[in-house]
Formats: sequence, structure tokens, C-alpha cells
Amino acid sequence: MDERRLSLVDLLDRLLAGGVVIVGEVTLGVAEVELVRIDLRALVASVEAL
Amino acid sequence: MTPEELLYAYAIAREGALRPETLENLTGVAGEPVRAVPHLGLAALVGRVPAAEFDEGALAEGMEDLSRLERVARGHQRVVEELSAALRCVLPMRLATVYRDETGVRRMLAAGRMDFGAALDRLDGRVEWGVKVYALMEPSEPSGASGVDGPSGACGSDAGAKPSGREYLRRRGAARRARGEGVRDIHGALAGLAERARVYPPQNSRLSGASGRNVLNAAYLVRRERGGDFTSVVGELAEAGPRSGLRVELTGPWAPYSFVREDGDG
Repeated sequence: MDERRLSLVDLLDRLLAGGVVIVGEVTLGVAEVELVRIDLRALVASVEAL
Repeated sequence: MTPEELLYAYAIAREGALRPETLENLTGVAGEPVRAVPHLGLAALVGRVPAAEFDEGALAEGMEDLSRLERVARGHQRVVEELSAALRCVLPMRLATVYRDETGVRRMLAAGRMDFGAALDRLDGRVEWGVKVYALMEPSEPSGASGVDGPSGACGSDAGAKPSGREYLRRRGAARRARGEGVRDIHGALAGLAERARVYPPQNSRLSGASGRNVLNAAYLVRRERGGDFTSVVGELAEAGPRSGLRVELTGPWAPYSFVREDGDG
């Protein structure tokens, strides 16, 4: 796939909601992942407000 | 391995599928070489990354920084994609799965070996295609219309210049029904060609920057050799889409991120 055309949002759909989920030695927990999504929305909103 | 380094895991494969050249020139999220940690017939593909950037605190902070998140996400995807092209099947890990040392990686392989083995068999020779459908904005629709009228619009007090309210609603309702049927037909046709399908929540157009409202965001698991059939059907649907007020977009092939779990939900 052409990396430039691949949107970050498509990527995050899969990388944050798909894939093998492990409770590992150090893993980003589900709660933080939810935070990422919320933060992304907040970030976009703040960019638009500038 | 120093305490200042951690192991970032990209994917799991069968150890026997790896060739010496598979990992040549393959670099990860921190520019590090990617290598295999084999155990019990499986192998985790990992890279050494600085703890200062990838321990729990750094990750939680880093994921709030969109440019850093994007760098890690694209680095992760690049490794998974190259592995996926070189091997018949890899199981991609979720973003930011990090271990302290090889003992932790081997423990993970041992604990999950039955599930990983079953998933590698099930997904062998399959790829994932992403299809998104957008509702095109109709010229007659006010901008941003998504089916909810403002409170003042309900009384029709200032609707003088428009066609009658009833006619407007009739047309809009018909257009929406046509789109709804169109979306169901598209998903039905593609799910029929796929072994499995998974529907993601619609994407926020402000995040994606796409025009139109995302009404279907789905992934389809398809045998590699049937990829041509699948994409040509998507092409036909994309061509017919505008007649029902829809735009169809294809991404892929992806490693089967969306179908690692057997129950179809991840």
C-alpha cells in the first residue's frame, strides 16, 4: 500500500482495535487506548478552533 | 539488553516460515533492526527500542502527541506489511505491545500458543481489505444535514423560498432510503465474497478529512488468490455508487488485523 495515501485513521482503526492483544510485561492498557481516541478528537477540535 | 531498552513486538509467525533473508534490512519504530524470538515453533518479531520512549509512562504521553503516534503507527504497519508480504501469514500485534526482555516474550508465546497456532492456520493465505462507503452530500440538503433538523426548522416559519416542506421531506426521505439500501447491498455483496467481515464504527470526517459522511467502515477477510475478484467487484460498486448517492473507497491488502480473534470482533 502507498504509505502516503493510507490515512492515519484507517491505520488506527486496525492498530488500536485489531491485532493480537496481550497483557504483557508493559502494555498500553485498554483505558489508555480509549484515551487516545478521545484525545485525537479533542486534538482535532482544538486545531480547528485556532 | 540493558535496562534502558525494551522489546517492541510487531507480529507472531511460525518459526519454520522465517528465512534468514526475511528480516534483512527490516527496521522498526525506532529505526532498530527487527529480529525473531523463537519459542515452541512460533516466533515473535521484535525490535529493541529505548525505554525512555516506550515504557508505560512514555507511551501514555506519546500517544497523545499526534505526530509521534503517527510515526509509531506507520512504523508498526510498515514492519507488519513487509512481514506479511514475505510470509504467508503473520498475526499482527496491537499497537505498542512492549516487553521488558526475551523471557517475557517467550512467556507470552507459551501462554498463547494454542490460540496463535489456531489463528495462523485459520488466516493462512488470507488478507484483509478495507471498504468505506460515504454518503454524498445532496445539493438540496443543507450543509451538515444528517437527519436532524434544528428546532426552528420544525415549524417551517421561514421555509418560504424552498419547495413545500412535505415535498422536501419526501425527496430527502427517498434519497436516504436509496442510500441505506445501497449500503446494505454493498456490504452484502462484499461479505458474500469474503470469509468473514467486521464492521468498524464510522469514521469522523474531521479526523479522516474525507468528504461526505462515513456510513460504512468495514473489513473483509479474503483469500489472497481471490483478491482480484474482490477488488474488481469493489470497482464495479464504486462506479455504481454515485447513482445511490454513495462513494466507495478501498484500502488494502492489509495483514488480517481485524480477524486475529476467532469471534470476529478483533
